[in-house]
Amino acid sequence: MPSLNDPAFLRGMTQSRFGRRDALRLSGLSAVAMALAACGVEGTGKTAASAPAPDAVAKFWAGKKGTGKLDFANWPLYMDPKQPELKKFTAATGVTVNYQEVIEEMAPWFAKVQPQLAANQSIGYDLMVITNGIQFKQFVDSGFLAPLDHSKLPNYVANAAPAYANESFDKGNVYTVPFTSGISGIAYDPAKTKRPITKLADLWDPAFKGKVGMFSDTQELGNFGMLVLGIDPADSTPEDWKRAAAKLKEQKDAGILRRYYDQSYIEAIGNGEVWITQAWSGDIFQKNVSDGTNLQFVIPEEGGTLWTDNFAIPITASNPVDALTLIDFFYQVDIAAELAEYISFVCPVPAAQQKIRDDAAKATGDDQKSLAAIAESPLVFPVEADYSKLHYYRDFKTAAEQQEYQSTFEPIVLG
Amino acid sequence: MSRGKRLLAPYFLILPGGVWLLLFFIVPMITMLSLSLQQGDVVSGYVFTGHWQTYVDAIVDYKTQLIRSLIYGAIATILLIVVAFPVAYWIAFYAGRRKATFLFLLLLPFFVSFVLRTISWRQILTDEGFLLGPLKDAGLLSAGFHILGTPAAVIGGLVYNFLPFMVLPVYVALERIDPRVVEAARDLYATPLTAFRKVILPLALPGVFAGVLMTFVPASSDYVNSAVLGSSSTTMIGQVIQAQYLTSSNYPTASALSFLLMAVLLIGVFAYARALGTEDVMKVAAR
Repeated sequence: MPSLNDPAFLRGMTQSRFGRRDALRLSGLSAVAMALAACGVEGTGKTAASAPAPDAVAKFWAGKKGTGKLDFANWPLYMDPKQPELKKFTAATGVTVNYQEVIEEMAPWFAKVQPQLAANQSIGYDLMVITNGIQFKQFVDSGFLAPLDHSKLPNYVANAAPAYANESFDKGNVYTVPFTSGISGIAYDPAKTKRPITKLADLWDPAFKGKVGMFSDTQELGNFGMLVLGIDPADSTPEDWKRAAAKLKEQKDAGILRRYYDQSYIEAIGNGEVWITQAWSGDIFQKNVSDGTNLQFVIPEEGGTLWTDNFAIPITASNPVDALTLIDFFYQVDIAAELAEYISFVCPVPAAQQKIRDDAAKATGDDQKSLAAIAESPLVFPVEADYSKLHYYRDFKTAAEQQEYQSTFEPIVLG
Repeated sequence: MSRGKRLLAPYFLILPGGVWLLLFFIVPMITMLSLSLQQGDVVSGYVFTGHWQTYVDAIVDYKTQLIRSLIYGAIATILLIVVAFPVAYWIAFYAGRRKATFLFLLLLPFFVSFVLRTISWRQILTDEGFLLGPLKDAGLLSAGFHILGTPAAVIGGLVYNFLPFMVLPVYVALERIDPRVVEAARDLYATPLTAFRKVILPLALPGVFAGVLMTFVPASSDYVNSAVLGSSSTTMIGQVIQAQYLTSSNYPTASALSFLLMAVLLIGVFAYARALGTEDVMKVAAR
């Protein structure tokens, strides 16, 4: 090593001795290549089927104890803002709940918590509500969800509608149990549209130019693109996706579409930014009740879709025991009825229907009317006949299939 | 000070900046470059494969948004010059003792968060809001008329949000002009217009250049204005990159798009510096 005081050495250090190209060729290139290869993004590597090891439940829950508090991540419009159910839970168990309405769409939620979960770190929530679909499968396949101990869920075992355990996205409710189900249909403001809306084709009506909203979630959007063409999303092929994408692009290019929305669509239809939009059933009732709007929700003639939002405990939760207790609390008939009375989404506890009828009988005036309506509403307690108009999401068998779906619809949303 | 210490001093002086640059610029850049050449999916992880095809696919899929962003950025920058130059000119030459007051007033709105200010425009311009609502009720506008969701709203938002970044450099350049130079021009029978064209404008040019640098680059890659004020047909490249990172977890495409954007902006800026004919325009701008 030459002396640092040697002016020639200093000049050498501060000035380029050879061209940039030489530098790359000599040493840089291999070093850069190595550096580049070194910063891969780790996945969780679990590509096998989602069935957990038989002792997974015992393993996860061994030694876990209640801590007296928990953090709960949910969607907006999924509980009375006064949170009466959570207050009752705290009164009954002494566990305090930090309730945050932080989930507005599944894809961003997954993208947000994925890095922490992959690094085996807490995401700051012990309980979250996630919709069946692409990201649900990603949560399960990545091993991000704690297997649920059904022996700690007596109310769920006693009161949940048995059909939920057969849903294909989580057979046997291994990782999740339903919070509520809901229907994707159309909401509209009759004062603005000046006529009743009955079908999906109305979302393509040039009369509503610039006043139509659609969901930015690729599955929600793709489903409606397919249904309007008479395709059942559950059995759709990549060819169908392309046709649906073309149909959706037509809606956008003609300027009929205002924009693609996440949960914020509810403000847009409330303040007149859109007149007619893709919507989730219960949101519209809540909006009418809380803001005095007169919006209508319809299941279109061509059909709507049925989805389920599910309780899930992230594998890195710091308070999983309390989270499990809260899940079971929501399966008490009284609590399930109280929640359904407010949110007006499909209730997973059939016995709650009688409870709401009883509540209606006791109530008076407008309350009685609205409670009776909820108890008999096909949107809260659907009967067999209602399901004939409803379609299910496409299940993706492989990651490649799912990526093909995404890449068909993503460029439209990001247009 | 000994000779040794004196010779080492420059290295100590560049040490903080050098470490900073290494940690917060070079390391992230290499990470991003690596990401852009990886393949896989978010569940099974991304692995480095040197897959350059991602760049080609990214250009094919999102060229519309890239071009749209550059056009919006360019229009916003031109409008900014038009709006900011007279303001800076007036403050520099006519504000007298109250220069500082006017500059402060100009900056005052910018003490409020960028996002909040943009959202407040959303409230003002909303379809049935207090601006458009009465006009629609009066029958002056059709019920379907809207400003939000149009390119005009997005470009307007860009101009509004980046205004000080154009006014301040132009003001600094104008403020530095010796009034005697302008007087000399007038003494030599230049009309006010000629004096402006031949004396003031050339002297203000470095300020304008700095302003363009500080507005065109961030405006072209901005995503807040389009996300808040735009619609699905005003999507800018920043939104695409954001969505690829934070919605789709598609890190390679997001990184490739970031590099492409950077390359396009660098080429644009250097071409602009060239066209302006200023040899060391960067140096002049940084003065």
